[in-house]
Amino acid sequence: MRIELEKRASASSLFQIVSPLLALVLTLLFGALMFWMLGKNPGHALYAFFIEPLLEVWSLHELAIKAAPLILIAVGLSVCYRSNNWNIGAEGQFTIGAIVGSILPVLVPQWHSPLVLPLMLIMGAIGGALFAAIPALLRTRFNTNEILVSLMLVYIAQLFLDWLVRGPWRDPKGFNFPQTISFAKEAVLPELLESGRAHWAIVFAIIAAVGIWFMMRYMLKGFEVTVLGRSERAGRFAGFSSRRMVWFSMMLSGAFAGLAGISEVSGSINHLQPSISPGYGFTAIIVAFLGRLNPLGIIVSGFILALTYLGGEAAQLSIGVSDKVTRVFQGLLLFFVLSCDTLILYRIRIVLSSDRAAVEGRS
Amino acid sequence: MTKTIDKEAVPLLQVRGLTKYFGSFAANNGIDLTIAHGEIHALLGENGAGKSTLVKMLFGVLQPSAGEIVWTGKPQTVTSPGHARSLGIGMVFQHFSLFEALTVAENIALSLDPKIPLATIAEEAAALSRAYGLPLDPSSHVADLSVGERQRIEIVRALLQNPKLIILDEPTSVLTPQEADKLFETLFKLKAEGRSVLYISHRLEEVQRICDRATVLRHGKVTGACDPRRETPASLARMMVGSEVAAVHRADANVLGATLVDVRRLNVPARTPFAVTLKDVSLRVRAGEVLAIAGVAGNGQGELFDALSGEYPVADAETIRMRDKPVGRLGINGRRMLGAGFVPEERHGHAAVSDMSLSDNLLLSRSQSDRTAFLAGGFASVIRHDTIRSAAKRICDMMDVRKSGDDPAAASLSGGNLQKFIIGRELDRQPSILIVNQPTWGVDAGAASRIRQALIDLARSGSAVVVISQDLDEIFEVATNIAVISEGRLSQPFPAGELTLEKIGLLMGGIHDSTHGGETAHAH
Repeated sequence: MRIELEKRASASSLFQIVSPLLALVLTLLFGALMFWMLGKNPGHALYAFFIEPLLEVWSLHELAIKAAPLILIAVGLSVCYRSNNWNIGAEGQFTIGAIVGSILPVLVPQWHSPLVLPLMLIMGAIGGALFAAIPALLRTRFNTNEILVSLMLVYIAQLFLDWLVRGPWRDPKGFNFPQTISFAKEAVLPELLESGRAHWAIVFAIIAAVGIWFMMRYMLKGFEVTVLGRSERAGRFAGFSSRRMVWFSMMLSGAFAGLAGISEVSGSINHLQPSISPGYGFTAIIVAFLGRLNPLGIIVSGFILALTYLGGEAAQLSIGVSDKVTRVFQGLLLFFVLSCDTLILYRIRIVLSSDRAAVEGRS
Repeated sequence: MTKTIDKEAVPLLQVRGLTKYFGSFAANNGIDLTIAHGEIHALLGENGAGKSTLVKMLFGVLQPSAGEIVWTGKPQTVTSPGHARSLGIGMVFQHFSLFEALTVAENIALSLDPKIPLATIAEEAAALSRAYGLPLDPSSHVADLSVGERQRIEIVRALLQNPKLIILDEPTSVLTPQEADKLFETLFKLKAEGRSVLYISHRLEEVQRICDRATVLRHGKVTGACDPRRETPASLARMMVGSEVAAVHRADANVLGATLVDVRRLNVPARTPFAVTLKDVSLRVRAGEVLAIAGVAGNGQGELFDALSGEYPVADAETIRMRDKPVGRLGINGRRMLGAGFVPEERHGHAAVSDMSLSDNLLLSRSQSDRTAFLAGGFASVIRHDTIRSAAKRICDMMDVRKSGDDPAAASLSGGNLQKFIIGRELDRQPSILIVNQPTWGVDAGAASRIRQALIDLARSGSAVVVISQDLDEIFEVATNIAVISEGRLSQPFPAGELTLEKIGLLMGGIHDSTHGGETAHAH
């Protein structure tokens, strides 16, 4: 006996819209089940996880802080994935963006100028783009798999950051803590509102999302991305180059991840330290898919995933579960999003007899 | 004694009321078919008439929605191809399922019991191929074999199962006339042994030549059962098509204009191990001319199209000239902007993106050539969706594209309608050069005649048209001049009126002009 996926003749358009919601509901159901098995009251736990963080102003600010890098990275990834290039290393590009963007405040802290911040952001984006250019180069020149290369580069970036903050960039007056000097005031991304910590990164994220949405919907470049993602051959017929698309999509998503990295360091942390991200670059993959690779959908899904981070922190305090629960929720969500999407396009068929000859029966 | 009487009374295969629904669409609707022992039975029908669906049900690939299959007097549910084979039904598909990197014997072994040693299989295969006049070397690699030889592998593979019924799906569509003759000899041998053959085709002369009886399908229903030898090609075609097909109308504009396409000694190395190398291809097409390039599939047609279209530019700019400009190193859009249009063979995923709308598919080939009309906003290249949609509508009206909805996805159109759209997309620009690969492949007769007419009309209005095709009827219908491609070499062009089927067949089989010419030169 074996299980086969059979392509449906036509996908239900209703379920294409409902599918992400269905995935959310299933995630909540299984989350409740998990809390129940941990001996917690599922209703109370889910409330603490998903509702409580929304009730206070300061935690709404935290939500925006966490959603910003997720949306920014996921918007870049959506272009990548739509063009059928699989950048899995946004976490690394985020890290390198943060490092390159921090060159000015760390190495020339005495330079006080309003130019510092814009330069930092630009350098961060360039750093991320150049780091993403490595898998693009290896892919176009040697036909390596960009999934593996970009993923493995994450560890290189993280260990490089670790070495920098423990070695050459360590704050001499920092009591030997592995971190750089704190950024000067001109190097800090300002807060948006008086009421809390949320800074400009969320604005960058929304602008990026709307901009990429416009590109994908109304511009020839977006059309090129979609065509090459669906069929490389048809793209070639249209005169589009799949090679150049590898460079474009990888570097665009790298730039967005790098911008997210320097924004996070400049706006939220104010110095470099060994760990600057709770896995934004990986969580953004879930954000991208939950938003159906649509930049506007990604804004919504970015806030949902940001909520899982906040809820994890809250649940640690109020109901005493590990913050690993956040990862479990994120994993559940990705699993259900992908499986709901699969079941829209395919139906499951259970084949009782094993007949290898059936494979031949194609015409 | 009783057994022989039984044999004569009970037909080998009887199909009653066989019906297959795909959704609400009846691909087969109440099909009745009877095949006697030792007959060659033709299954006639146009593309999309339901022949493949019927055969797939007989071979157990598809399960019928209703009706029954009676095999040697017993009703059977054919559950899988393996089951069909064990009943005694063998099948040779139109598209072969062979691994090019493996040898003939290895390919045959893959479909047999894995316990049988390869040497035994090779011996049996060699013996069978000798017995049936199907010369085949079991140790040669499939990649090195011609299409005809590959088909023999499939036939031998089917014969190894000792079938009572062999189903052949469009077997001659990939063969030269000479190779087809050899195949027919084999079929007669099989018939003489009391085996039956179900022969699927839309080539009427062939069916009349070799088949004892014929069943004709149209729109999923049986529209006739007859003895093909008592019919005329015209009466068979009527049964197939339902009405007289509009004959393509041409009046040769004998005055040809300036040379618009000039290819000189084009050499293109093979990009992949199984691709064909183009060797010394030269051709010249003038305004008002349709140059048809005949040839059996897989002899370099795709590679030639790639080089002419600029999808894969060639190393030397001067080897390809269009409208007196060297374009060899120019990409496809550069050539389009010189006035050239291109229609590749594969509709889905090459000429069109299946799940994109027709208007998006219009933009696909014309984003640069019609930049000023279709794009706005300068560098940002904002797409003018409304303009493109109305242009798509204009094309659909011009080519009579039948579709549901205003701007449906390309995948929702039938093959013929999508092809009309793809051709219309280029014609709409009034290209001065049009290069088409297999313009009517898998297209119904009505659409095919419309497309051919459009190609002729385009040439008559002063454009140069290159038609690469495997369909000899089509070639004779549209061509001013005909050249034949074989193993990556192109013959010199011949005026269409001077070529016979036999001559084309010889050229297709690789009997080159050069050797011919050499002989005559020798003789003189």
